[in-house]
Amino acid sequence: MLSTLSKSARLNQTRFIRLSHSAAAAKDAKPKKVAAVDSPSFVMNLFRGKAVTDQVFPYPLNMTDEQKETLGMVMSPLEKMLVEVNDVVKNDETSDIPRAVLDQFAELGTFGVLVPPELEGSGFNNSQMARVAEIVGAYDLGFGVVMGAHQSIGYKGILLEGTDAQKQKYLPDLATGRKFAAFALTEPTTGSDASSVRTRAELSADGKHYVLNGGKIWISNGGFADVFTVFAQTPVKQADGSTKDKMSAFIVERAFGGVTSGPQEKKMGIKGSNTTEVHFDNLKIPVENLLGKEGEGFKVAMNILNNGRFGIPAACTGAMKHCIQKTVDHITTRVQFGKKLQEFGNIQEKLVEMISKLYATESIVYMLSSNMDRGIKEYQLEAAIGKVLASENAWLVCDDAIQVHGGMGFMRETGLERVLRDLRIFRIFEGANDVLRLFIALTGAQHAGKHLAEQASGVGGLIGLAVSRVTGGNTGSNFGQVVDASLQDSAKVLDQQIALFGQTVQGLLMKHKKGIIDRQYEMHRVADAAINIYSSAAVLSRATYAIKNKSSSADFERKVATYYVDKAMKSSNRFLKDAGSGVENASKVATIESLAKEVCGNGGLTLQHPVEL
Amino acid sequence: MKILVGVKRVVDYAVKIRVKPDRSGVVTEGVQHSMNPFDEIALEEAVKLKEKKLATEVVAFSLGGPKSAEVLRTALAKGADKAVHVQVTDAEAGKLESFHVAKALQKIVEQEKFDAVFLGKQAIDDDSSQTAPILAGLLEWPQALYASKVEDAGAGHMKVTREIDGGLDTIKVKVPFVLSADLRLNEPRYATLPNIMKAKKKPLKNIPIKDLNVDITPQTETLEVTEPPVRQAGGFVDDVSALVAKLKEKGFVKA
Repeated sequence: MLSTLSKSARLNQTRFIRLSHSAAAAKDAKPKKVAAVDSPSFVMNLFRGKAVTDQVFPYPLNMTDEQKETLGMVMSPLEKMLVEVNDVVKNDETSDIPRAVLDQFAELGTFGVLVPPELEGSGFNNSQMARVAEIVGAYDLGFGVVMGAHQSIGYKGILLEGTDAQKQKYLPDLATGRKFAAFALTEPTTGSDASSVRTRAELSADGKHYVLNGGKIWISNGGFADVFTVFAQTPVKQADGSTKDKMSAFIVERAFGGVTSGPQEKKMGIKGSNTTEVHFDNLKIPVENLLGKEGEGFKVAMNILNNGRFGIPAACTGAMKHCIQKTVDHITTRVQFGKKLQEFGNIQEKLVEMISKLYATESIVYMLSSNMDRGIKEYQLEAAIGKVLASENAWLVCDDAIQVHGGMGFMRETGLERVLRDLRIFRIFEGANDVLRLFIALTGAQHAGKHLAEQASGVGGLIGLAVSRVTGGNTGSNFGQVVDASLQDSAKVLDQQIALFGQTVQGLLMKHKKGIIDRQYEMHRVADAAINIYSSAAVLSRATYAIKNKSSSADFERKVATYYVDKAMKSSNRFLKDAGSGVENASKVATIESLAKEVCGNGGLTLQHPVEL
Repeated sequence: MKILVGVKRVVDYAVKIRVKPDRSGVVTEGVQHSMNPFDEIALEEAVKLKEKKLATEVVAFSLGGPKSAEVLRTALAKGADKAVHVQVTDAEAGKLESFHVAKALQKIVEQEKFDAVFLGKQAIDDDSSQTAPILAGLLEWPQALYASKVEDAGAGHMKVTREIDGGLDTIKVKVPFVLSADLRLNEPRYATLPNIMKAKKKPLKNIPIKDLNVDITPQTETLEVTEPPVRQAGGFVDDVSALVAKLKEKGFVKA
């Protein structure tokens, strides 16, 4: 997973850049009209100022009793093993998880969670998988990365895109942990554009093999994996007879010969997880090991990353629960100034902040996994929001847990500093949060832009648009029916923010047109507002679900939801106002640009020291 | 040797027990339940004996409400071949006594001809420790209680080691017999996901309690269930003489 250091983001960015290009090209070529497609996704529609709630309300979690029972049966052995068999402190100190430990977890079935039982897997659905990832995340994030690199991306391609023969051949060994998998995409020179991958695979003269050459870096499980999903350039014949390099995906076995792995990288956190370089030297891949179609490696990679992305918020949810438990244990016993910490208002507020962040993250995780379980295909923006929000919330929660612990929090023995170090990578890998923010904002803006263009060419034209903008849009929301009566105040504010969001995006699109792609200042703020709005919708949906099902914590959840949505909507309002204030932003952005340019031009700080020495 | 193993669904050992506001019992709704840990040990021993070819079949038994099926499926995942669920309602389950459980076990043993019954030495919810000895009495079988080691003694006998105060007690029992498992008998295995999946295909027989003709009328009445008294906060004294004075004042030390 570490290997995917901002990889998916890179892909995503490339994708939206590519999409934008094609859209722009379409606009230039007059006869071709941009086709605006309706989307069922909540976040996509948010960019049009519409509240389309089918994927959000009612809360989609729907596990059968049997699925719940099976999950319940494996949860306690899993927790026991994470305490008794796995040693998180030792893994961190030695930068290794012994194979014997992995083997015991393999027996438990944790390496083939989503693989069907016919192929020796556990046959879980995504929601059950999320619960498993949550538990692992609570005990050992490094272990979670080994698990994720293996099954969420390592062999996910075979599960999603593999032929029956490929599945039969590889999945039983991988699901049972007899063999391990890794995902190999990242390379030293691969920048934002995944098509710059240099590893090459060329068909042999007899047409039986591809010959693979090249090197990958930061490959999780790279040191011991037996099976790799490798992305490489292949010359693909075009319709006009010429050949062009296109990325293809392959299943590569270490046993093919020609694979060498570098030493374990020295990292800040998730040290137990193995991260190495992997090199391929004249390695012969049988043609039947092509994964997906030749030249469609990019699509395969996207599909894998999108599909596996919910694992990160799930693991972060577990880590947050661990931090909250530690905090509660501490503040209910520690006495200062003659009072237990729990009696101080500031401590209470910190705790409630942690709880509300956890609540929002957890609500999104199971909304996402349940939507995937019911076959919904369009969840890429929701998954991206989940990843960004979860990794940042977990970081903030862990940081506050350390703060509440005072000096004790800084000590290794307390076990929080390791979690903080482990969590840091989650904001970077599998799509760096900064790039994912742009992905969210630009994908959404592009969707809205197409509709806007269509609308503008219709009756009323631009004047009609301007009128609707001034009068404020109707979101068409059904919050009145789907949100519990006791949460209607929150729903109302949410509805207002959705309308404001639509107006703000529309204003930005009209102002910057396709130049919006370079408006990072505004786009980041739009993404932040989208994150606040989607998480609030998820929270209201989850709390309504709890109230309806008379959950034992229904009243608690109602309060947490009200607290969260209030704060999130204030943030959203601030971000949107900020993004929409054109003149002010122009001067701010100009200042930022000039300051940054000056320092970079100077090759370092240009500040004069106050003591002039 | 065909072994019947009793497994009880209890509130998980890690759960903080709360008493119901009306003091009629403890809160069980929405609380994590699992197999009684001593029953897990009994089951593990039976499965081990089967793996050593000393036993031919291991059947898990539970008397309880609808959710007892969960612990039976766990038992199947941990190696039992079959399971029998003697069904009562949740309301009835809350009032069951060791005697009723022993009676039901006796019926099953007599119907299906078992050679041994393995039970946990006690359930962690009511801590009665009565089922095994009552069952041995009802069946008129020898009993090997609080077992910490079980070995084959040949000629239709088993050698069982028991931890007693100040040492070990080794006994030889004639099969058929009743055994109750102590903590150190073994370390139970984990239920793995592949085995949980396989267990779904193993047979689980449901028998309503009335079909066994076992009378489960309670013989005891619970008057009240209360929390243990909260420990009072202590105080600090300046020195030893102050401590002695305090102790005298409270009457703990003769004046």
